[in-house]
Amino acid sequence: MEEIKTGVYICHCGLNIAGVVNVEDVAKYAATLPSVVIAREYRYMCSDPGQDLIRNDIKKLGINRVVVASCSPRMHEPTFRKTVADAGLNPYLYEHANIREHCSWVHDDKELATKKAKDLVRAAVRRVYRHEPLVVKEVPLNPNVLVVGGGIAGMQAALDIADGHHKVYLVEKDPSIGGHMIQLDRTFPTLDCSECILTPKMSDVGHHPFIELLAYSEVEEVSGSIGNFKVKVRKKARHIDESKCIGCSVCEEKCPWKTDSEFEMGLAKRKAVYIPFAQAIPHLAVVDPDLCAYIKSDGKKCGACIKACEAQAITPETLLKQTDEIVEFDVGTIIVATGYDQFDPSVIPQYGYGRYDNVVTGLHFERMTCAAGPTGGKVLLKDGRQPASMALVHCVGSRDQNYHEYCSRVCCMYALKYAHLAKELTKADVYQFYIDMRCFGEGYEEFYKRLSEEGVNFIRGKVARITDEALTDEEKGKLVVISEDTLLGKLVRVPVDMVILCCALEPRSDVEKVGSLFGINRRADGFFLERHVKLDPVATPTEGVFIAGCCEGPRDIPDTVAQAEATAAKALSLISRGVVTTEAAISTVDEDICHGCGRCEEICDFHAPKVTSKNGKLVSTINEALCKGCGACAVICPTGAISIKHFTQDEILAQVAALTEVS
Amino acid sequence: MAEFEPQIIAFCCNWCTYAAADLAGTSRVHYPPNVKIVRVMCSGMVNPIYVLKAFEGGADGVLVAGCHHSDCHYIDGPVKCDAMVDKLRKVLHVLGLEDERLRREMISTSEGTVFARVVKEFVEQLKKLGLSPFSSLRKERVAV
Repeated sequence: MEEIKTGVYICHCGLNIAGVVNVEDVAKYAATLPSVVIAREYRYMCSDPGQDLIRNDIKKLGINRVVVASCSPRMHEPTFRKTVADAGLNPYLYEHANIREHCSWVHDDKELATKKAKDLVRAAVRRVYRHEPLVVKEVPLNPNVLVVGGGIAGMQAALDIADGHHKVYLVEKDPSIGGHMIQLDRTFPTLDCSECILTPKMSDVGHHPFIELLAYSEVEEVSGSIGNFKVKVRKKARHIDESKCIGCSVCEEKCPWKTDSEFEMGLAKRKAVYIPFAQAIPHLAVVDPDLCAYIKSDGKKCGACIKACEAQAITPETLLKQTDEIVEFDVGTIIVATGYDQFDPSVIPQYGYGRYDNVVTGLHFERMTCAAGPTGGKVLLKDGRQPASMALVHCVGSRDQNYHEYCSRVCCMYALKYAHLAKELTKADVYQFYIDMRCFGEGYEEFYKRLSEEGVNFIRGKVARITDEALTDEEKGKLVVISEDTLLGKLVRVPVDMVILCCALEPRSDVEKVGSLFGINRRADGFFLERHVKLDPVATPTEGVFIAGCCEGPRDIPDTVAQAEATAAKALSLISRGVVTTEAAISTVDEDICHGCGRCEEICDFHAPKVTSKNGKLVSTINEALCKGCGACAVICPTGAISIKHFTQDEILAQVAALTEVS
Repeated sequence: MAEFEPQIIAFCCNWCTYAAADLAGTSRVHYPPNVKIVRVMCSGMVNPIYVLKAFEGGADGVLVAGCHHSDCHYIDGPVKCDAMVDKLRKVLHVLGLEDERLRREMISTSEGTVFARVVKEFVEQLKKLGLSPFSSLRKERVAV
């Protein structure tokens, strides 16, 4: 066996490490450890000259094991693996000691931090001694892409990829694509109409030869890994024949059964068979089975739509017999763009939402001001009058320790937009109750200035309560907004006709389920967590899965589109490379020891081990393409036949022994 | 006499708790240097032998920490880890080790402050508990 020669490199990281840890002392100590032939310290190991130290030592001193003690391996392990590979050494003959995040940045006692750094280095040296060279294999990447969510983020990502002539499966849970953006009336700060800029994109998605749109569908199962995911989608029954429906809406006109329209935020009714909105894509009817009398009575009642449909898209067969369909396909990369929910303000009882008719949310107001909306673009009170005064309450559910601590980023700007529209449409007096005005985007501050000159009243203070209890004649029949005016330093009571609550954007109610389906972790605020907040903002810990738009946190339309384009670029870059490397640190079976008990087969969630008969003896073999290297089989194996490459028992026991040793 | 400083070995999964410890570092949330982390890919990868080895070596406490159940990178590693820990506790009991010396936690990527808090609490708890019964077994080992 060749002699093990280890090189140890201690990084100062400027003063990030060297300011607390005595790096010279650690290097001197490392040089005394068995197998270590050289120990150096350097200001920045990750810099080119730093990496050159390693490359030169491999070539000139013949070192065949490398330990770098620096930042987290989650940051720079790939860097140094590449460094050693550049010099001709197998990249797995490398070990990283984390003496920054886990040492110098969290401890202030220099002596103890230095001692701990020595311990961590000793353990890494002991472990790298036992490392084996591993081979990384390349497998072809499936060029098809799955995009989940048909809002502006998902549509943009799908279009960018499809325009590059790669197949995209776009899955949307609602009957039409469009997301929240299609519900908006106008967009700040330019005030261009949301529908006008969005519907061309929706139409492009609907007709694109490289996009397969699966609307009214949900992803049920995802297996496999980057390059080769297997996806199972449930296409919910529309109870119509999609190939025959021409979207004429006659069924909708004839249907006698009504409920609140989701799209119109309950400001209008929809039928049991309906097309969600005029520009819906796909432009197909959908039957609500919980409302349809024909379905509920098993064909004994109603049937008005069947008679009305000249295209024969609705038949007793489609209504009673059609069931959900399971669609299965393979993709190489996945983009998740599942959006947000509007915060439900009824949980703040003092704001009276749900109790007072004229306390509404932002999305209600969007539908009211929309010319094609339920009120024909008129801002109306519940009794049909036009309001003479309105209050806009900022930060409802945002920047509030009781609900969400984060800022929802878009509310200040849409509140300004509402103020402008309210003035334009009703000439009402408008009062904005704000904590801080946050107008940070292109043209935003200018829009704020414009509104300040349009006669809007700005009151700096968080609204305490909204009530209909009048103290004066002036307050009678009004909603009274009670707040502190922090600029005047006194309490104010402002009587108004209508209150609009500018509600927070919050994670979708099914965020946990979706997160675990795609292997995406969540932040403390509940939104999806990016791999690195600054430098890898659209990637997730799961290779090949990217996130775009409000599922990652509140953001405006320009940011969402930019992020969606970033995810498309990530997917396209993988597609153009065409191959992915497989995990090398996976399970392996010592067939001499294994007696084929099958415990590994039972515990593995990826179906990687399989017990078969080899030369008349039962043994387990690992399917390398399926194994993810989680190590569960090695723990359960009663004979010790299974080990995880790069995380072998021998290696970890040596590391633990080294860490518990008294230095 | 200087205060007794317990030694803790923490097995942390790469995807959640190791990253949480990284976040504690990035955010400069301080905690005592008594803990040393062994990075494993999954909490379900922690073999009971590793924990026993740590105690044999003289560790006063062992922390096994990984993802929350819904966050696992490998579907349900935390469930496997829970099962391992439950069985292991019985062994530790037979060996005469107090139950509190083995701590099982689920700390997600975003919970850097939770990691720091858990370490602080554990150190305080072990200080009250005193030296591990196996601590006298500590001796220099032949290296490599």
